[in-house]
Amino acid sequence: MGSIWEYANPKKFITTTDRLLPWVSALALVALVGGLVWGFFFTPDDYKQGSTVKIIYLHVPSALMAINAWMMMLVASLIWIVRRHHVSALAARAAAPVGAVMTLIALITGAIWGQPMWGTWWEWDPRLTSFLILFLFYLGYMALWAAIEDDDTAADLTSILCLVGSVFALLSRYAVNFWNQGLHQGASLSMDKEENVADVFYYPLLVSIAGFILLFIALVFLRTQTEIRARRMRALLARERMK
Amino acid sequence: MELTVSDLSVARGGIPVLEGVSFAIASGEALVLRGPNGIGKTTLLRTVAGLQPPLSGSVGLERDAMAYAGHADGIKSVLSVRENLQFWADVFETGSIDAALEAFDLGALENRASGGLSAGQKRRLGLARMVVTGRPVWVLDEPTVSLDAASVVMFAEAVRAHLAGGGLALLATHIDLGLAEARVLDVEPFKAAPPDLDDFDGAFL
Amino acid sequence: MIALLTRDLRLAVRAGGGFGLGLAFFLIVVVLVPFGVGPESGLLSKIAPGILWLGALLACLLSLDRIFALDWEDGSLDLLATAPLPMEAIVSIKALAHWITTGLPLVLAAPVFGLLLNLPDAGYVPLVISLLLGTPALSVIGTFGAALTVGLKRGGLLLSLLVLPLYVPTLIFGAEMARRSIEGLDATTPLLMLAGITCGTIALLPFASAAVLRVNLR
Repeated sequence: MGSIWEYANPKKFITTTDRLLPWVSALALVALVGGLVWGFFFTPDDYKQGSTVKIIYLHVPSALMAINAWMMMLVASLIWIVRRHHVSALAARAAAPVGAVMTLIALITGAIWGQPMWGTWWEWDPRLTSFLILFLFYLGYMALWAAIEDDDTAADLTSILCLVGSVFALLSRYAVNFWNQGLHQGASLSMDKEENVADVFYYPLLVSIAGFILLFIALVFLRTQTEIRARRMRALLARERMK
Repeated sequence: MELTVSDLSVARGGIPVLEGVSFAIASGEALVLRGPNGIGKTTLLRTVAGLQPPLSGSVGLERDAMAYAGHADGIKSVLSVRENLQFWADVFETGSIDAALEAFDLGALENRASGGLSAGQKRRLGLARMVVTGRPVWVLDEPTVSLDAASVVMFAEAVRAHLAGGGLALLATHIDLGLAEARVLDVEPFKAAPPDLDDFDGAFL
Repeated sequence: MIALLTRDLRLAVRAGGGFGLGLAFFLIVVVLVPFGVGPESGLLSKIAPGILWLGALLACLLSLDRIFALDWEDGSLDLLATAPLPMEAIVSIKALAHWITTGLPLVLAAPVFGLLLNLPDAGYVPLVISLLLGTPALSVIGTFGAALTVGLKRGGLLLSLLVLPLYVPTLIFGAEMARRSIEGLDATTPLLMLAGITCGTIALLPFASAAVLRVNLR
């Protein structure tokens, strides 16, 4: 069991993840159900926000994963550019739709939470705006993958887009922060966990965050396997044509 | 000046098409690659020209010794013949284009807009560009497509003059070039065999 | 390099529409906005800097796919790639040519179109400065997008989808600079950020564009 790069072999990756997948999925299920049930039914209402605060158990983990999924894609893209392991590129491709859905969940739960709290479904709050921009980046990344026929070309182009996009996403984050200051004071409802969330909300939140992370890992494993098999199928078809 | 290709394997769209190609061309020589459509002549030439990386093997050639002409001539239809050629002369920093116009009998057309040229005339303009580059190594892909008999002779003369000046040329074609003295290499024996099925590695085969 | 620049400019002039199309589009956007939001001059003068920036950005976007597509179709790009110019220089020159044919006319036309939108007097100079600083970044970023989508059929829509999110910081700082100046606020920060983005993209993005173009030429 020498280097970690052995897992970059598609076959090795599939056999390993086949063994891991049931465990990760089961753990994800337990943590998600546990965290959400604990959070929804066994925590007190917030004195200020009432029961609406409980959407935090969906909102915060999905927002976290929306960013982490992009980070994972960035790392995978870098690995592809430097070491050219196909599994890495395919894992980045597999993670993108998951990350996009996480971003969408964060946006929708944010809107649902914002309605009773701020009295509006949508506020051009820097944080919300940044997530909307992040969603656009996900869309562009996925569209580019879908548009290019040759797999290696697509991997090269999307990984460079991911790199450049990361820089611009970060820039946008600062730009948006700056832009909104000009119009409003800072967001009236700070979502900083350290300040706002008491222990009684904090622990179930941790559990559901763990659940989302495990869910993400399971989905990426599964989707990467699918991508590898699809890629293998195309390679076999190409091989037939060579005869 | 020499062009050496050793044990070169090339791929098109991720699929190996030719493998183990080796040859060497010395100053004053021309090599013609032959083979049926789709065998990978264009891919091989693009690899030699440095436009795509080889799967394995190497191309021994100084990067700035080579000029490449592909299927398309890269002619801007709103520019005149002279402007088209002068642009490439400026890019390659070689000054005058009169010799090139002369060699391909484009003198009468030099002020015509290139959009109005016939296919054969455009091809001649594309080939005149090779003279303008002043590079010793010519890599030409199907140079005589849409040329009439007289123009083919004109092209052969230009290649001979190039070789006589110490240049060398690598050409791909499946029709006659009128270059009797050129060596011919049939690339069909180098057709890549399908890779082993068990070898399920990074290349997915 | 000069040869490539003069050729591209000459092509833009002769093919027609190089200068005109973007400007005409900009004018149409500016004319349509009052139809959409109503003719009230107070409202128009309030949103004028934003509309002018947005119009310039969209007009810029309109001509992006032509940066490489024509050279790709007629094979010039292959020939340029084997020419003595480094790919990074080619993409930089292409971006510069795009800016001269699209960005610069927009900058020059913006004050005139500002009249139509009742732009406050204090806004003209900051608007032109912000456009002058920001439009080069739009061209350079757009060149990256054009290089990404050069080989694709129907790449135009994808190009917009890829490029528009990348335009966000430039748009924000550019429009913010003009708006702050009009409101009498300090506009130094957006000015510096805008200049920083432009310098950064000009310095770094051509490497990404060149890498992408090489991949697409394979």
